[in-house]
Amino acid sequence: MTVKQISVFVENKPGRLAEFIDILSEHKIDMRAMSIAETQDFGILRIIVDNPEKAAEVIQNAHYVFSVTPVLAVAIPDEPGSLSEILHTLANHDISLEYTYAFITRQEKVAYMVFRVADNDKATKVLTDHNIKLATQEELFQI
Amino acid sequence: MERYFQPEIECASREQIRAWQDERLVKTVAHVYKNVPYYRNMMKEKGVEPGDIQSVDDLHKLPFLTKDDLRDAYPYGLLAVPLADAVRIQSTSGTTGRRVVAFYTQHDIDLWDECCARAIVAAGGTKEDVVHVCYGYGLFTGGPGLNGGSHKVGSLTLPMSSGNTERQIQFMIDLESTILCCTPSYAAYLGETVHEMGLRDKIKLKAGIFGAEAWSEEMRRDIEKTLGIKAYDIYGLTEISGPGVSFECSEQTGMHINEDHFIAEIINPETGEVLPEGEKGELVFTSITKEAFPLLRYRTRDICVLTRKECSCGRTHVKMSKPMGRSDDMLIIKGVNVFPSQIETVLLNKGYQANYQIIVDRVNNSDTLDVQVEMTPEMFSDSVTEVSAKEKELVNALKAMLGIYAKVQLVAPKTIARSEGKAVRIIDKRKLY
Repeated sequence: MTVKQISVFVENKPGRLAEFIDILSEHKIDMRAMSIAETQDFGILRIIVDNPEKAAEVIQNAHYVFSVTPVLAVAIPDEPGSLSEILHTLANHDISLEYTYAFITRQEKVAYMVFRVADNDKATKVLTDHNIKLATQEELFQI
Repeated sequence: MERYFQPEIECASREQIRAWQDERLVKTVAHVYKNVPYYRNMMKEKGVEPGDIQSVDDLHKLPFLTKDDLRDAYPYGLLAVPLADAVRIQSTSGTTGRRVVAFYTQHDIDLWDECCARAIVAAGGTKEDVVHVCYGYGLFTGGPGLNGGSHKVGSLTLPMSSGNTERQIQFMIDLESTILCCTPSYAAYLGETVHEMGLRDKIKLKAGIFGAEAWSEEMRRDIEKTLGIKAYDIYGLTEISGPGVSFECSEQTGMHINEDHFIAEIINPETGEVLPEGEKGELVFTSITKEAFPLLRYRTRDICVLTRKECSCGRTHVKMSKPMGRSDDMLIIKGVNVFPSQIETVLLNKGYQANYQIIVDRVNNSDTLDVQVEMTPEMFSDSVTEVSAKEKELVNALKAMLGIYAKVQLVAPKTIARSEGKAVRIIDKRKLY
């Protein structure tokens, strides 16, 4: 069970992120989560939006280089130790995280984390076997 | 007082120089026509026979030779002596993997060394000097040329080659080097490093002979000040022999071309028409004493001016200005010849589009090369590690092709400046000319 993350190449220059975000807002695309991984020259912007198909089209038309990547969105109870438990579960099954970032929604008492792993199916199985809840794209925007 | 390595040649009368040139040109034309089918075909195509060339006045009848000819004839097509008589190969970088190679007999090397010796003596060198050569050795002509020249002068020669700046400075101090030979940008870098290390007082240098790249008068003054020396320019190209085709004297107003070995012409690069003395155009050389690799009317692509005005140094050989530009797109970066097409080849081989921009600059007197490449969906990934690995791979491939480091900058698609629909490929921010 995965959600679609859109990853976008953005140059490390003043105003570049603003330009990109403007395009999303012009097209009324709602963002749920965002993270940036940066190097000296460029950044890779990772976003989760309400309508990934429309977003991809808009971004494509604006000549951005991007990719759509399936990632896992994991619901984490807002209490100490819950993230630790999830991470240990993954580690015990030899699943390594390429990157991860967190976001919250209007929903109380739960936070979300995006996990990028090499094998989504394996990670999904391991997490659901341990009663850890994964969110679907729709769920993220209904909450 | 001005000193000369070969005063009877360097200060010969114009008539004498002309007589040498006439005689040697006729001999060289006969030599290549007889021994090099490539030349014979070129001359036949133009309807010229050796008998048509009786003196320098007839030079214009000969066809031009270009770097493309040298590549076409690679490797042995222009070798004019039996392999058994050739003793040395030097080479310069070329495009798409095809290098330009030049051959030498022992006699050719002796004459080349003499040319470099003239440059060293003009810079004040004697057999009492310690000549510190940090041009690269190997296929590059810089190291071998000045090394040989220094031997001819009888100076103690330090064959340092390039790199390892701290060791260079250590030797310079311990062995009391007096004459430095390297690229002007490396001289500037050495100067700064010596200052930073607080060793300026320990340096015994008195002169420097700097070439293989363009440098401004401003840079000359910088180097002269930081190293406390007089800085002399030297010019040459591998195809014609290497450094020492021409060199500066104490007047520092141009470089004397060794006219007993090379006939210089200035042509209009568009039409090929020979221009009168004093006009700016492309420099063309004919080598008239070489055995293994004589070149007739070789187009250097360097734009400059010739003058035969009397020189206060007493030398009578024609002087060329510092090159004022190129009639092709070749760049000289850190003394290395770089063609944009080489960079394009690497990009295409690595699966990028040929959408790139080359930005050359000189920061703290040292050349920098940035290659901006537009990001493509094929090379993009959501993982920084993966994108960085691809970037690194490109840097390595460029290094392998060019021989120098190029910083790769990945930029957003459609961001490389285009003028009239065509991308501007090269931005040279150095003020060289």
